[in-house]
Amino acid sequence: MATTMALRSFGRRTSIAARGFSSSCETEKAAKDGKPINLFSAINQALHIALDTDPRAYVFGEDVRFGGVFRCTTGLADRFGRSRVFNTPLCEQGIVGFAIGLAAMGNRAIAEIQFADYIYPAFDQIVNEAAKFRYRSGNEFNCGGLTIRTPYGAVGHGGHYHSQSPESFFCHVPGLKVVIPRSPQQAKGLLLSCIRDPNPSIFFEPKWLYRLAVEEVPEHDYMLPLSEAEVIRQGSDITLVGWGAQLSVLEQACVEAAKEGISCELIDLRTLIPWDKETVEASVRKTGKLLISHEAPVTGGFGAEISASIAESCFLRLEAPVARICGLDTPFPLVYEQFYMPTKNKILDAIKATVNY
Amino acid sequence: MCREKPFHLPFFAPSSQILRLPSSSMAAAARRLSAASLPLRHHHLLLRPFASSASGQPPIAVETSVPFTGHKIEPPSRLVDTTPSELLSFFRDMTLMRRMEIAADSLYKSKLIRGFCHLYDGQEAVAIGLEAAITKKDAIITAYRDHCIFLARGGSLVESYAELMGRRSGCSKGKGGSMHFYKKDSGFFGGHGIVGAQVPLGCGLAFAQKYTKEGTVSFALYGDGAANQGQLFEALNISALWDLPVILVCENNHYGMGTAEWRAAKSPAYYKRGDYVPGLKVDGMDVLAVKQACKFAKEYALQNGPIILEMDTYRYHGHSMSDPGSTYRTRDEITGVRQERDPIERIRKLILSNEVATASELKDIEKEVRKEVDDAIAQAKEIPMPDPSELFTNVYVKGFGAEVFGADRKEVKAVLP
Repeated sequence: MATTMALRSFGRRTSIAARGFSSSCETEKAAKDGKPINLFSAINQALHIALDTDPRAYVFGEDVRFGGVFRCTTGLADRFGRSRVFNTPLCEQGIVGFAIGLAAMGNRAIAEIQFADYIYPAFDQIVNEAAKFRYRSGNEFNCGGLTIRTPYGAVGHGGHYHSQSPESFFCHVPGLKVVIPRSPQQAKGLLLSCIRDPNPSIFFEPKWLYRLAVEEVPEHDYMLPLSEAEVIRQGSDITLVGWGAQLSVLEQACVEAAKEGISCELIDLRTLIPWDKETVEASVRKTGKLLISHEAPVTGGFGAEISASIAESCFLRLEAPVARICGLDTPFPLVYEQFYMPTKNKILDAIKATVNY
Repeated sequence: MCREKPFHLPFFAPSSQILRLPSSSMAAAARRLSAASLPLRHHHLLLRPFASSASGQPPIAVETSVPFTGHKIEPPSRLVDTTPSELLSFFRDMTLMRRMEIAADSLYKSKLIRGFCHLYDGQEAVAIGLEAAITKKDAIITAYRDHCIFLARGGSLVESYAELMGRRSGCSKGKGGSMHFYKKDSGFFGGHGIVGAQVPLGCGLAFAQKYTKEGTVSFALYGDGAANQGQLFEALNISALWDLPVILVCENNHYGMGTAEWRAAKSPAYYKRGDYVPGLKVDGMDVLAVKQACKFAKEYALQNGPIILEMDTYRYHGHSMSDPGSTYRTRDEITGVRQERDPIERIRKLILSNEVATASELKDIEKEVRKEVDDAIAQAKEIPMPDPSELFTNVYVKGFGAEVFGADRKEVKAVLP
């Protein structure tokens, strides 16, 4: 019994039919008894469970008490009280610095940065303080209880500062974990894993999917493993790798490619650092071709790291250059968002070019 | 949504006290300046107030609604000099701004404006009062609630609406949108989406101005939400250390998005937060008070260095068009402010009680303004979207030749124009 995920139409985006996930062990186990809910509700459930199971867990950020601008923190303040779920002033650097301190005292600090575009004032704290705390103190101290949650990605009308995908900046920092879910059921399990993981993690939530993605999500407490990629569609001609909201675009391209007789294997990376090289390598050894797609600009995006790494390890097996279908090298545009985005057709083009190389 | 503390309306006496001059000269002034005969200048939208009595207009002295409160500084007098034509121009300009924002609201709801749109209605007095106190060589930099500041700096309605709708003749060529209006020739440095980021920039502008020795200053505007950003304090320290001619203006509309000021700030007395930097608290709904404070601040900054102005103001709309504005404050509060402190109504009362114009003349101005706005919208709607190639322009300096990779196929490379 495969779980299904339905995407409703929204504005200019077209709707896609409900599709089945290829069943993998953990998905089946987790999908025992689920109710169809959307992404922000799944995240909300995860936060409720996290606070319920650990009395030293705290959720804070801008406007989280009333439920948050995306409703992810609804009901937490009422249930767990103002001392555990509270608003912060408008100061990202302060929020993260404070969270690191809280975590260093052994608490689970779940900080929210309202939009990933605003994470940069906190960049110094994340890179220089959080990532290196355990290392520089010789394991005497750590801020493993830190989890930063932030909505990222295009939303159709976000413009320069409500659409960015800054994940690659953080993938460059050893000591951090960067995790990106593709769907509600994945989000709940991955977020709980991040929160309970003894390393500082950043959890990027695809904001486009907050309302749009609806899936059956089990109500119980479950975790999904970090640093494990998931093959969500088996294939033999080409390997496609992506994460977050981009996977649904890749999925559409797979379906179209299948009509032309190209069998695509689709992998959800899930954790970007440390990433699951083995799964991707195994798949590339099977297919001989690789295509990576992400919304962030192509130059210096995380696709570059995957490409270089696979080129090194699978050089003789590769039958075509690794393709990267990503955002353009411009600031995220206002009016011409659809030109900037790595769309289904661009991916399809690249699949065909790679397969026919 | 419940609040533990009852919120008290900003506590200013609503009506200003007016000193009257003999009414015969008032009536004469009014006849000379009947609203219908005011010239409509399309190039610069705002009518510049006349210099005091050179053109034979008797000055009117008006007391501000409340006295100024100073922090480490002797506040200026609450008696402000103005002229009938200045009052009329204030009325017209604020009505224009109000009308512009309301029309933008409807355009947004009909999906002609997309993305983010932060409206300024209620806060017009700050933009107008500031403009009346300075020249176009002084610099203004603000956050994302910038449509009216753009107008005040001489921007046109058509440019504004075109930019809001993403058209090519917009002030930022359609590439900036609501949050990124700029006007270089009149010293308007925008238009910034990231909260608080514009304040260190503003201090940098002042640094450059100090070098030019032209007696100009920079005004860095920010909100009560941004007042808690660390970069503000860094900028304040540097400005005070180097005596930069910068005026930090906190447009305190009491809500940082949905968070009331007392929830976000330990000390909501933003004019005092400069500590070693003096500050002034101003009724931001009284355009004459704003004008007086900004004039005073400019003189101070040129001699001594930074000063903070806290404008006690209010926005009628929510934070942006996606915020109804009523979940964190009561409708009673909003209507209360509208009734007691509305900047346009205050000027209207002044004009009527000083017999500068009649009520029906003011109505005519409102009608004119409405028509102007409607015409501008109609004109802006006809303007086409930018050419797709504009997606790639201005990433770097033209002709820099940086190579980028197209997203179609790996083989496709382009050179940024």
